[in-house]
Amino acid sequence: MKIVVCIKQVPDTTEVKINPQTNTLIRDGVPSIINPYDLHAIEAALDIKEMMDASVTVLTMGPPQAENALRDAAAMGADDVALLTDKVFAGSDSWATAYALSCAIKKVGYDLIICGKQAIDGDTGQVGPAVAEFLNIPHVSYVSKFSSLNGDAITVRRLMDDGYDIVEVSLPALITVVRELNQPRLPSLKGKIRAKKIEIKRLNHTDINVPPKNVGVEGSPTQVKNIFAPAVKKDRRMLEGTADHQVEELIEALRCIRCI
Amino acid sequence: MDYFFNEEQQMVKDLVRQIAQDKVIPVRAELDEREEFPHEIIKVLAQSDLFGLFIPEEYGGLGKGAVELCIAVEELSRACLGVSTSYAANALGTYPLLLFGSKEQKERYLPDIASGRRLVAFGLTEANAGSDAAGIQTTAVKDGDDYRLNGTKQWITNGSEAEIYTIVAITDKSKGARGASAFILEKDTEGFTFGKKEKKMGIRASVTCELVFNNCRVPKDNLLSREGMGFIVAMKTLDQSRIGVGSQGVGVAQGAFEEALNFARHRVQFERPIIGFQAIQHMLADMAIQIEAARALVYSVARYMDSGAKEITKDSAIAKTFATDVAMKVTTDAVQIMGGSGYMREYPVEKMMRDAKILQIYEGTNQIQRNVICQSLIKEAARQGTKK
Repeated sequence: MKIVVCIKQVPDTTEVKINPQTNTLIRDGVPSIINPYDLHAIEAALDIKEMMDASVTVLTMGPPQAENALRDAAAMGADDVALLTDKVFAGSDSWATAYALSCAIKKVGYDLIICGKQAIDGDTGQVGPAVAEFLNIPHVSYVSKFSSLNGDAITVRRLMDDGYDIVEVSLPALITVVRELNQPRLPSLKGKIRAKKIEIKRLNHTDINVPPKNVGVEGSPTQVKNIFAPAVKKDRRMLEGTADHQVEELIEALRCIRCI
Repeated sequence: MDYFFNEEQQMVKDLVRQIAQDKVIPVRAELDEREEFPHEIIKVLAQSDLFGLFIPEEYGGLGKGAVELCIAVEELSRACLGVSTSYAANALGTYPLLLFGSKEQKERYLPDIASGRRLVAFGLTEANAGSDAAGIQTTAVKDGDDYRLNGTKQWITNGSEAEIYTIVAITDKSKGARGASAFILEKDTEGFTFGKKEKKMGIRASVTCELVFNNCRVPKDNLLSREGMGFIVAMKTLDQSRIGVGSQGVGVAQGAFEEALNFARHRVQFERPIIGFQAIQHMLADMAIQIEAARALVYSVARYMDSGAKEITKDSAIAKTFATDVAMKVTTDAVQIMGGSGYMREYPVEKMMRDAKILQIYEGTNQIQRNVICQSLIKEAARQGTKK
């Protein structure tokens, strides 16, 4: 089985600075890490590899320094790592990114694609499912458990707001995973030594047959107008007492502000 | 200070620090409180290849030396000396095999040790044989193709958790120290059981217990080197492992120092952080001086060992003694700087102080180390004398 894991290198902070002119993230000077959700995706792939005959390719799209994220993935145990990097990709939105990734995934081959549920910087959660759409394969997002897996199909538990679904999906397919799925392993020493020397496949737009007009700022249908942190409302009131009493108070309070 | 670690040594440092930070520090207080062996952490260390650090590549290890092992031990000790003792005692138990094992014995045991599948313990100490190791009373009597072991080993780190034991026993009483021999013994051998589990002042995440031999049969293939070599096996093993105890001293001192420094920057008394007071500043400066001196000494000796030096007894004893005396002093001062808070179990320094004490005692007390150092000085002086 050929497993492809898509990862993203993200700034190691929740305090992301924004360039006010372009409304894009400023990455300079901020230490970079593998997006935490993607660590769970890598772990899921390595888990499968330990259970059955499988190879794990980790793929990322980003600037040349995203190589470090790929080396970290190799240190955890990925067999191959590939970096999709090209000036024409700069400024791609989630649509253009997913398009480029899907072309690269076609090139490397796949049975199962695993992504983190979202990146902690952009937080859209769109790239994984969009890759599946471009590849015209099924996807299951928010996977919190693998129930069974064979060469043809996979049964997973999908986390929902009000419970969970058990979903069987035929392969090839794409899944996005949540933290509850597993505990990502730390790298091993042999893995780190190997990762230092591993050859990173570099792919540009011609390697994956992508016309420049379909990616980058030009190929992105969405443009970020403004990014801001939502204002935190500090006025809150804790209700106390018995449940009945609290309900009465709550109804009264909601009436006061004309919510009900 | 930069110790000019090469790229792979730096990798060891980064990896072990990450393990210490993510897996050890969050649970160290609980492990100490419950006197619980750190099974989960041992598993992580095994998965990270750290048990194979100093084992040759041909047996599945990484083929590194004393410097790398000291780096790993220092970083673990910075977080928890109980965990680092369990890890370092594994190396202690493995050295007899590495130094004196036959090719066949190495092939049989080292791959499992390197992968962390089987933990090792070293059994020398007995009730009447501590500093005076020649007082060993456990006997091994040849009986056909086997030896029959009888006796009790005491205070054995990793006892009951380890799968492989290297044991020193007397094969010929009439020869005194020259009548001792070393054996490899596997857990679950008939006649081999575990006695009392000790309740300790510190390093409570490590397990310390008695090994009891009652007509325990050991195949003669498990004899290390040859009969009568037991003491040499034990002394050469301790020569190798001593530097690891030194690096434990550096690590625990560093951990306590960082806690005290951080506390002093934030604790306000007399309307300013206490680090503003010269009394505290001088204590912190003295701690930093001692730690850096100990670290410089430990890594110098480790590098000297890795260079292939033959005569390492004196230098490793010097490093062990200095670094562990520093550990006791620095951890005690860390508690003092933190005052009442430092004495409370809510903060980690009281544990570090309790833990540090063992470093001045085990693998040769610091008094015995001084004996060893001076014996070397006398020998060296005598050699100088004959030259004149």
